[in-house]
Amino acid sequence: MSGASTVSASEAHKLVWEGAIPLLIHLHDSEVTTLPPPPPALVLAPRLGYLPLLISQLKPYFSSTLPPGVDTLWFEYKGLPLKWYIPTGVLFDLLCAEPERPWNLTVHFRGYPSNLLLPCEGEDSVKWSFINSLKEAAYVINGNCKNVMNMSQPDQVELWRSVLNGNLESYQRVSSKLKLVTLEDEYTENINAVPTASQENSGEGDAAAQVKSGRIPVRLYVWTLTEDFDDLESAPQIDNWDKVSYINRPVEIHKEDGKYFSLHDAIKTLLPEYFPASSFGNLGDASTNLSVADEGENTCDPDSSSLPLENAEIKLVRIQGIEPCLEIPFSWVVNNLMNPEYFLHICICLKVSEANAVQ
Amino acid sequence: MNQKESVRNIIPWDGALSSSDFFCAASAFSEKWKRFNPSAPPWLWVPSPKHHLLSSHKEEGYLSLEDMCFIKSSEDQESCRSQTWKEESSISQEEEAVDTATLVQSCFDEVNHYDFHIVYSPSYRVPVLYFRSYHSDGQTLPFDEIEKDLPDYCAKIRLESKWTFITHEEHPYLNRPWYKLHPCGTSEWMKLLFHGDTSLNKNGFVIEHYLVSWFSVIGQVFDLKIPLAMLETVSC
Repeated sequence: MSGASTVSASEAHKLVWEGAIPLLIHLHDSEVTTLPPPPPALVLAPRLGYLPLLISQLKPYFSSTLPPGVDTLWFEYKGLPLKWYIPTGVLFDLLCAEPERPWNLTVHFRGYPSNLLLPCEGEDSVKWSFINSLKEAAYVINGNCKNVMNMSQPDQVELWRSVLNGNLESYQRVSSKLKLVTLEDEYTENINAVPTASQENSGEGDAAAQVKSGRIPVRLYVWTLTEDFDDLESAPQIDNWDKVSYINRPVEIHKEDGKYFSLHDAIKTLLPEYFPASSFGNLGDASTNLSVADEGENTCDPDSSSLPLENAEIKLVRIQGIEPCLEIPFSWVVNNLMNPEYFLHICICLKVSEANAVQ
Repeated sequence: MNQKESVRNIIPWDGALSSSDFFCAASAFSEKWKRFNPSAPPWLWVPSPKHHLLSSHKEEGYLSLEDMCFIKSSEDQESCRSQTWKEESSISQEEEAVDTATLVQSCFDEVNHYDFHIVYSPSYRVPVLYFRSYHSDGQTLPFDEIEKDLPDYCAKIRLESKWTFITHEEHPYLNRPWYKLHPCGTSEWMKLLFHGDTSLNKNGFVIEHYLVSWFSVIGQVFDLKIPLAMLETVSC
């Protein structure tokens, strides 16, 4: 059973790959050496792309006015330096509670804040970060990253180019060779997915059998509110990355017969303190047999919790710029809305009590 | 109970840990370190910083060892033999306590400070080492300077597998750039360290000794030695 290799892209895939954010990019005042100052650049940035890749489009607008020096490109939004390795669409979904069109950003070519941001040496850094994430996703899905490590050089080049150029067909051609299959998807036409192994698996330790673990690569970006706002525009701006809780952990699927796993279920699995009513039993790893709780002989006491449990209210969930109905099957979300590096990026706003706010 | 145990003995361990196992392993490791390495700074458990949502049990956090000083004698730039860790563990037979206060650098010596964090990776299900280095004035060290502190064979490994050994990445909790030792392959060599001896799975032995064994390998990257006593097998 192959994956999507011989199947034409679903409507959702096309829309996701065509998604773009109009940006109005202003050069920072300190770097303007000519009068009149250059007008801002209007650029359409692919959602699935990364900001540093825009340099070739931006440079011509500003090169004549820049002070002498080496270009070290970075962006900020309302004073917040932007993490360049987060896909552009995710940054927009996260930082613009009320979507701003065009999105006004400030660009710098000098004075890189290296105490805050990872260095970025152009396209190579972005590509490396992308491949690294892809390896991590492969590891989550397959238990190893051999398929990515063993990609031929031409395939690697084509994969990256397809992401650079937003070429979905080319991407699918190469990525299908990786055989990274996440979930059986009963809701999308024509997709023949390899079903996940049932969770009462017996061969969990058998490396040769490569049992599918039912783990989905997810990156969650959570910010909190302590009160309701009539419209999101009045919500406090995220002015500091410490106000965003970045949770990079896989969702473990425990497939129960006759019951599908919704997006809401997935979110609750990742944030158990905030949704105590929905316990999925053992939240630990299903595939390790070092389960400490079983023995009762361990010296740790994972059951005692000093955290006040409360039911947080989900105010906003954004994936690829859309706010999906939470009861949508998670498998559909995963198969249609994930990024090219096989991670599903979810931006969530929660309303919580003062004590539990992310500050 | 009997059946479960026998099943556990049959199923080979995959070299990885769950998040709660990591917490137990971390407790065991820091306790042993304190016991066998009393002159070294302690490994402390840092619960998730307040601003970070606790996405699992309350033991979400990481192990931290901060301000290990690496002293370089400035006269000896070429040969690195005079480099030493301040407050080095007393693994030698000499019982006289090293008075670390006397390892005060002269104003001509460079001191590089290192912070080490052992953080659990939910994706790879293994611990990962993050580290950073800075001068006494707080200024961060660039990697090529850090490299001078590392044993020579590390440079070789890094050259041979460029991009995959030590990488510059953001700390999972602190929103700052740190350095990280790549976790790929950890579960494989951890399996080897326990010789695939599945009987060791009994009574949480593996968890208790996981980080000690892990660190005995990882620590070599920085020439950080672990007292042999810490590695002694406890008879079951």
